[in-house]
Amino acid sequence: MIKLEQVTKTYQLGEHPLVALDNVNLNITNGDYLSVMGPSGSGKSTLLNMIGLLDRPDSGDVIIDQQSTTQLEEESRAIIRRKKIGFIFQSFQLIQRLTAVENVEVPLMLGGYSANQRREKALNILRKLDLENRASHLPKQLSGGQLQRVAIARSLIMEPSILLADEPTGNLDSKSGQEVIELLESVNQSGLTLLVVTHDLQLGSRAPRKLQIVDGKLTEVEQHRAFS
Amino acid sequence: MHFLDYWSFSLSVFLRHRTRSLLIILAVAVGVAAVIVLTSFGEGARRFVEHEFSSLGSNLLIILPGKKETQGGAPPIYGTTPRELTIEDVEALEHISSIQYIAPIIAGTSLISYRNKSREVITLGATPDIFPIRQLTLQSGRIFPPAAKTQHVPVMIIGSKIKQELFGSHNPIGEWVKAGDFRFRISGVLTERGESMGLDLRDMAIIPVRSAEMLFDTSGLFRVLIETNQNQNQVYLEQRIRKIIAERHEGEDDISFISQDSILTAFNSILIMVTIVVGAIAAISLVVAGVLIMNVLFISVAQRKQEIGLLKALGATRVEVRNIFLAEAITMSSLGSLAGIVIGYTAQQLFIYYWPQFPIATPWWALLSAIATALTMGVLFSWLPASKAAKLDPIIALRGKGI
Repeated sequence: MIKLEQVTKTYQLGEHPLVALDNVNLNITNGDYLSVMGPSGSGKSTLLNMIGLLDRPDSGDVIIDQQSTTQLEEESRAIIRRKKIGFIFQSFQLIQRLTAVENVEVPLMLGGYSANQRREKALNILRKLDLENRASHLPKQLSGGQLQRVAIARSLIMEPSILLADEPTGNLDSKSGQEVIELLESVNQSGLTLLVVTHDLQLGSRAPRKLQIVDGKLTEVEQHRAFS
Repeated sequence: MHFLDYWSFSLSVFLRHRTRSLLIILAVAVGVAAVIVLTSFGEGARRFVEHEFSSLGSNLLIILPGKKETQGGAPPIYGTTPRELTIEDVEALEHISSIQYIAPIIAGTSLISYRNKSREVITLGATPDIFPIRQLTLQSGRIFPPAAKTQHVPVMIIGSKIKQELFGSHNPIGEWVKAGDFRFRISGVLTERGESMGLDLRDMAIIPVRSAEMLFDTSGLFRVLIETNQNQNQVYLEQRIRKIIAERHEGEDDISFISQDSILTAFNSILIMVTIVVGAIAAISLVVAGVLIMNVLFISVAQRKQEIGLLKALGATRVEVRNIFLAEAITMSSLGSLAGIVIGYTAQQLFIYYWPQFPIATPWWALLSAIATALTMGVLFSWLPASKAAKLDPIIALRGKGI
C-alpha cells in the first residue's frame, strides 16, 4: 500500500517558485488501477517521481508498505525502487548496446541474480509477452510496440508491487498503443498496482480511479473526492 | 551486483565503443611496454658490468698505494702517497697462506720498436701471477720464466694488435724488440679477448715487474693484484696486510683496498638506481594514459546520462553506478597492461635476437610496478568521472541532461 501525506514540492524557476505538488494526499491500495491526467507542467510527472522515490518532497511523507521513505538514505530508497517499483517510460529507455533479453536482465543483475537465473527468468517473461523470438535483437531492430513490451518485461521482472507508467503509449501508433495498454491492464488484473500518467483522455478514462492534477492540486475525478 | 557483472557490463561498453576503447588500451600498452623495455636496458647494463667484473677473476683484492683513495670518488690512476708501495712490500706479503696469487703491477707507456716500425704501447710490469689473476691466456708462445718473478728478464708478451702492427703475418716469438733503452725478446702473444675494464688487452704489452722497474725508472707500484683462496675472510686478510705494510712503512697505514665485491656492489647500486629512474620516466606515459582514461570516461558519462538515470530508476545504488564506471577503467587498464606486456616482451626478444651479447632482461619489480601503476592510474583518474555519474539526479539524467 502507498500513502502520500500532505506532500508538497516546489521548484525554483528563476525568481518564481513553481508549486509542482501542493499538499497532496493519496491512498493507493494493492491492485488499484489509477490514471493521472492534467495539462503539461501540472505536476503529473512530479507525482510519479514522488511515488517512485526518484524525488523527495519538501514537506509531507511518502509511505510505502507502512514504511516512511522521505528521511531514508538514498541507498535504502534505491533498494526499495529495485524491489517494489517498476517504471515504464514514454521513450522506452532501453540500453541500445544490449539485446532485448539483456535489457530485461538489468534489474536482475542489480538484484544480484546469477547469469543463469537471469537468463532463464528474462526468457520466460519475454515468452509470456510473445517476444521470445526477439530476445537476441538489439533495440534498433525492434518496432515501437516491441520496444515498449521489452520495457514492460523489464519493469515486471523483479515482480514489483506497483507499476508506474509515464505516457506508456505516447510514442506508439494506435494499434501498438492498444496492445500495450491491454497488456498493462492484464498485469493489473493479476494483482499489480498500476498508475498511468497520460495526456490521452481515452487511455486515462480506462482506469477505474481517475486522478486530475492542476497546478499541483490533486483531485479524484469520477468519484468527486477531493484529495487536497 | 556481482563482481563479475561489473566486468561483463563494462565489456558491453567496450564492444560498443571499440575504437575509443582500443585507443585507450593502446595508450596504456605503450606506457607499460616503455617501462618493460627501458628497465630491461638498465638491467642489461647491470648484468653486462657484472659480467665484465667477473672476468677480472674471482676473489680479487686490489691494493692501492695511498690513503686518499678511500675518501670517495673514483680511484685516481696513480697513488698519492709520499711513501711508495714497493716490490719488497709485496714480497713481505707472499707468505700469507690465504693469498693464492699476488701480482705487483708497474704501469707506463713505452715506445716499442721492431726494425723500422715503432708504436707507443701501454706496458705493464708484472709477475707471472698476473696471468691466473686476470685469466689471461696466450694464443702462442710461453709466459714468463719463474726467474721473472724476482729479477730482470728481457722477455715481453704482447697483445694481438701490437703483433699485427709490428710484425704483420710474421711470427713474433723469439724476435727482439726495443723498448726505451732496453731490448726484450717476444715470448708470447695474448689471446684476443677485447677490452677488460677499459684496458684493451690487444694493444698492450707485459714485461717482468723488475724489468718495468728499470724501464720506467721507478720502484713505486701502480697496483697490487691479489687473488685469495676461496672462502677467505677478506676483512681479516685486509687487516693482516695493513699490519704488515704499516710495520714496513714506519707505522703508517698508507694503503687502500678495492675488492671486486665492493666495486660490483657500487656499480650495482648505481645501475639499479638508473634503471629505477628510467622506469619512472617511462611510467610518466602511464599518467598520460590515465588522463586519457579520465577524458574518455567523462565523455562516456555525458553520453550515457539516460542510461545512468535508468539504472538508478531500476534501483542501482550510487556505489553500483560508480563501480560500473570504475570497472570500465580497470578493464581498459588491465587489457592495456596485458597488451603492453606482450609488446614489451616481443621488443625485448627481438633485441636479444639481433644483439645477443647485451644481456637485457626485465626486472620483476619493474614489471609489477608497470602493471600496478597502470591499474592505479586507471582507478585514480576514473574516480572523478565515476563519482560524477554516481551523483547524477536520476530525474534529470533520464531526460539526458545534467553535468
